[in-house]
Amino acid sequence: MKIDAAGLENHVFLGGNSEFDQGLTTAPSFELPSVTDFDGFQKDAVQMVKPAKGTTTLAFIFKEGVMVAADSRASMGGYISSQSVRKIIEINPYMLGTMAGGAADCQFWLRNLGMKCRLHELANKRRISIAGASKLLANILYSYRGMGLSVGTMVAGWDETGPGLYYVDSEGGRLKGTRFSVGSGSPYAYGVLDNGYRYDMSVEEAAELARRSIYHATFRDGASGGVVSVYHVGPNGWKKLSGDDVSELHYKYYPVVPNTVEQEMAEVSGTA
Amino acid sequence: MECVFGLVGNGFAVVVADSSAVSSILVHKSKEDKVMILDSHKLMGASGESGDRVQFTEYIQKNVALYQFRNGIPLTTAAAANFTRGELAAALRKSPYHVNILLAGYDKETGPSLYYIDYIAALHKIEKGAFGYGSYFSLAMMDRHFHSNMSVEEAIDLVDKCILEIRTRLVVAPPNFVIKIVDKDGAREYAWRESIKDAGVAPA
Repeated sequence: MKIDAAGLENHVFLGGNSEFDQGLTTAPSFELPSVTDFDGFQKDAVQMVKPAKGTTTLAFIFKEGVMVAADSRASMGGYISSQSVRKIIEINPYMLGTMAGGAADCQFWLRNLGMKCRLHELANKRRISIAGASKLLANILYSYRGMGLSVGTMVAGWDETGPGLYYVDSEGGRLKGTRFSVGSGSPYAYGVLDNGYRYDMSVEEAAELARRSIYHATFRDGASGGVVSVYHVGPNGWKKLSGDDVSELHYKYYPVVPNTVEQEMAEVSGTA
Repeated sequence: MECVFGLVGNGFAVVVADSSAVSSILVHKSKEDKVMILDSHKLMGASGESGDRVQFTEYIQKNVALYQFRNGIPLTTAAAANFTRGELAAALRKSPYHVNILLAGYDKETGPSLYYIDYIAALHKIEKGAFGYGSYFSLAMMDRHFHSNMSVEEAIDLVDKCILEIRTRLVVAPPNFVIKIVDKDGAREYAWRESIKDAGVAPA
């Protein structure tokens, strides 16, 4: 299939050089893939090269603040394009955003949110609330809905009212909550997280639960992996607690019990 | 899946909605309030895509408040329903939109009323109505047991019958429901019907 551009007149006339002439008088054309559903093809093609589709991220509120954790794998279809992505984005010293969906979309819009939050801070001489920040993001994403953005993020942090956690996605949804997990590995992470969650955990216990949840998600979800980053947000801002390679965590969390040998191979004596 | 229903009783109207926020197979939240208190005497139960639902109901709420500020009198329920219908019809022609609305209100002159506005902006004044998968069960239940001039007790009893039927027969039944009432004393939350606790409360 070719675009027929014969109807488009070339009004620009540059006389003289015949070499130029040739390039300009021929109508511009380019090959199109020969498919019946072109829009669908284009959509699929864009999805194929959109990195960080498979992800596991989680965040939860507990007694001491908010715990945020994520894996670090970026994949493009079946190909692992990076094992060292920072999926927890530091918006400001009191606020974190997580990244699931399109890497560029998340990175760009969370950076953009960081800028808007700083402007709010300068204009109002106080830090923006988590509710306010998440709504800024949700409104932007909602205004672009249906245009192909792919963002699944949690905005977590500490404001004047205490810890805050919101889930925001590119469909325009915005949910306030105390426990969220986003990404392809989220069902696995929820399984571990929901079971081990208690409000009155210590920071160490919460970090361990977050790490474990991400680890178990990376174990079952092929699109998640790399290292587990864990952040804690308290009244004095966020702090990165750990970054552990899941393949090392595997020895700790998934001890392999040696199988009892049922049948020993023994040398047969006396033959031949 | 989503269940929103409501009915008019003697001097009041009740709106019930499930409180699950889902995306594909995941329940992100089970205590999401989908019945907005639009103003002092109006309730707006909405179902539909989460983004559209929240943005649209908040937009209507703010505009109804703006009208009251400008004119010093609140919109009647009928006026608010017609306004909502108009705005939904306009929004619908700009981009894909999916919100179903049950608008309940109480006016001094006309008493309680309930309006049904579906996602294609059709407006009906009704005595009982429902949206979503739950409507198959709750509509039949209300057709059987509803009568005009029900008392609050009778109405809540019927609502509980509907919730019970949804929970027993609907394969994708939501666990929790919120019940809100509007009468001469205003719009208010009446009760929650919870079968599981949401995140934040330590599991048993």
